[in-house]
Amino acid sequence: MAKMTVARAMVEVLKSEGVEIIFGIPGAAIYPFYDALYSSDIKHVLVRTEQAAVHEASGYARTTGKVGVCVATSGPGATNLITGIATAYMDSVPIVAITGQVNSSLIGKDVFQEVDITGATAPFTKHNYLVKDPKKIVRILKEAFYIASTGRRGPVLIDVPIDVQMQEIEFEIPKEIDIPGYKPKEKGHPLQIKRAVEAIESSKRPVVCSGGGVIASGASQELQILIEKQKIPVISTLMGIGSIPTDHPYYLGMIGSHGQKEANLALRQADLLIVIGARLADRALGDTKITDNMKIIHIDIDPAEIGKNVDTNVPIVGDAKQVLSEINKRISERKDFWAHEIKAQKKVLPDDDKLHPYDVLREISRAYNGDYIITTDVGQHQIWAAHNLYIKEPGTFITSGGLGTMGYGVPAAIGAKFGRPDKEVIAITGDGSFQMLLQELATIKREQVPIKVVLFNNTRLGMVYELQKKRCTGRFIATCLDGNPDFMILAKAYGIESMRLESKEKLKEAIEIMKSHKGPFLLEVVTSPDEPTIP
Amino acid sequence: MKYTLSVLVENHPGVLSRVAGLFSRRGFNIDSLAVGVTEDPTISRMTIVVNGDDYIVEQVTKQLNKLIDVIKIKKLNPKEAVERELALIKVNANSQTRSDIIQITEIFRANIVDVSKETLTIEISGDEDKIEALIELLKQYGIREVVRTGLIAIERGNKVISKSKSEEDE
Ligand SMILES: Cc1ncc(C[n+]2csc(CCOP(=O)(O)OP(=O)(O)O)c2C)c(N)n1
Repeated sequence: MAKMTVARAMVEVLKSEGVEIIFGIPGAAIYPFYDALYSSDIKHVLVRTEQAAVHEASGYARTTGKVGVCVATSGPGATNLITGIATAYMDSVPIVAITGQVNSSLIGKDVFQEVDITGATAPFTKHNYLVKDPKKIVRILKEAFYIASTGRRGPVLIDVPIDVQMQEIEFEIPKEIDIPGYKPKEKGHPLQIKRAVEAIESSKRPVVCSGGGVIASGASQELQILIEKQKIPVISTLMGIGSIPTDHPYYLGMIGSHGQKEANLALRQADLLIVIGARLADRALGDTKITDNMKIIHIDIDPAEIGKNVDTNVPIVGDAKQVLSEINKRISERKDFWAHEIKAQKKVLPDDDKLHPYDVLREISRAYNGDYIITTDVGQHQIWAAHNLYIKEPGTFITSGGLGTMGYGVPAAIGAKFGRPDKEVIAITGDGSFQMLLQELATIKREQVPIKVVLFNNTRLGMVYELQKKRCTGRFIATCLDGNPDFMILAKAYGIESMRLESKEKLKEAIEIMKSHKGPFLLEVVTSPDEPTIP
Repeated sequence: MKYTLSVLVENHPGVLSRVAGLFSRRGFNIDSLAVGVTEDPTISRMTIVVNGDDYIVEQVTKQLNKLIDVIKIKKLNPKEAVERELALIKVNANSQTRSDIIQITEIFRANIVDVSKETLTIEISGDEDKIEALIELLKQYGIREVVRTGLIAIERGNKVISKSKSEEDE
């Protein structure tokens, strides 16, 4: 046992958890921790607003499978984390967020930069802690990593008062983590697995709906074995894109209100729906009604998701990879693929001389052949990306699915690039979303993060503008983004290479220029405000 | 329908607000919630009476189970549990009504715990029906104040709800 300050001990635990990188902004209430960080090998990325720190940690976590770590000071630093934490919570991303807190003797007195961040984040953290006893810091941090990264993953926040950070403790890492109230169940119940096998084998028109849980659990291979043995068409949620390659012959696309026609059609015709690692929330179902003559198998690591949104015939609580490999051991082979007709309906997109967003996305797919990590922001461009990009591998399509947080795309790309420096990382964004966190261009510049940003500039909050066009019969309010900067000059101000693409003839060349450029690059695509989300 | 849930939780500050917050956030209705420490000082027990259908109770149970501080939840079958609530009732009393009130109190095996010139304070414990019945009878004299603890409950016989989180809860 060694004596050290709590701040030092925190850094030691981070090291023991294999943390290599932290995203954050310092402040008075967290300075002892930062001081301890100074003499460690852990890289710290200085962001320009705390929300970006969480999104960057999220992009890092989603591309590495590791826990993303972010840090902020008390009060406004902590509250700036909130949107990022809620975003991570909705998409089950493992994050440990560390915040400084005012002196423990002053808590509750509304002193300078005091905010009850554990109270504020309780609804959208998997768990959180206010550390009052210095002796507990090591165990709490260990628990935080354990909770964040196991079961249904998610963000955990630890709030550490400044006086606690400075106290001396005996440092010792506990060998075991035992949390009486937290025993995630990984193994599916054998009887339920047997029932699932029977249901699949006796079904006529089975469909798999694959969600983010398949990617999180690394179950893509098991999923492919199942659907190939049983010839089952696969549809995915927004979060599930990439769980099988989008060019797989059995893949029909994304479902939901912003989904693809083929996928929704298959969902309506199915007599058995096998939901894996998905919640089937409102946006995923769209206006599809689950009828009584459709049986449902629901596999999820979180028991609370099963039966929440749809009634289930065969509930299986467990890790998707484990459950699917058990099912695969028992399942027979089927001869025919029932959804040929649906698959054949593939929509033809208009091919005129105008530059459409899908042209750009398809050209990117072609030029890179899927060898990239895509992050997106939120809006029309997100749906364009979801429908048109070739996604080859699980975990290479990263988007804010559950919360739909504008501003996510660029910081997530930064985090992804730190996680996977070997991969090309491309952020697909819109002019509205981009401007929510565009100060991260400074982080890109400072850290020399060679990501590519493809900015669809329609001078609108496009998705809402489209809604107003349809639902408010053209009563447009607050959706026109006049006042946008000249993005070329903006990029130049940050010292980032950029290019504006306005015509179809220049498309190939532009993508080539972007691809061959070594450093960070911004490609602005001038887009008509009247491009529909779904052509 | 009313359901009684017996919930073991870590005895930490903040647990109560997490549980209460979960109920309001998810739109579940709590009829009553009583908390106290158990035989193990690191663990508290909450007895929660929930109003809702089977779907609601299942959701409540699953969502509560997700809280890291919640160790175990059991839905109690009223037939196999002893359910009690404590109430303190301050009622108007004068020389004419005093002896009637005392008589009613005795019939209910309740206690007079405080007396003043104008009031009597009665302590009663029992199930909800018994307490309601007493309050109903005392109304004619004018009730000044009622304080109730909310229900607590324990299983009959030698069954106990202990720390290990079992799978049947799911
Ligand atoms: C933080 C946040 N604020 C508001 C919204 C509501 N919203 C959803 S899409 C959208 C428009 C997005 O505009 P842009 O990024 O330019 O993308 P486009 O739809 O034009 O492709 C808005 C305002 C949101 N999702 N997130």
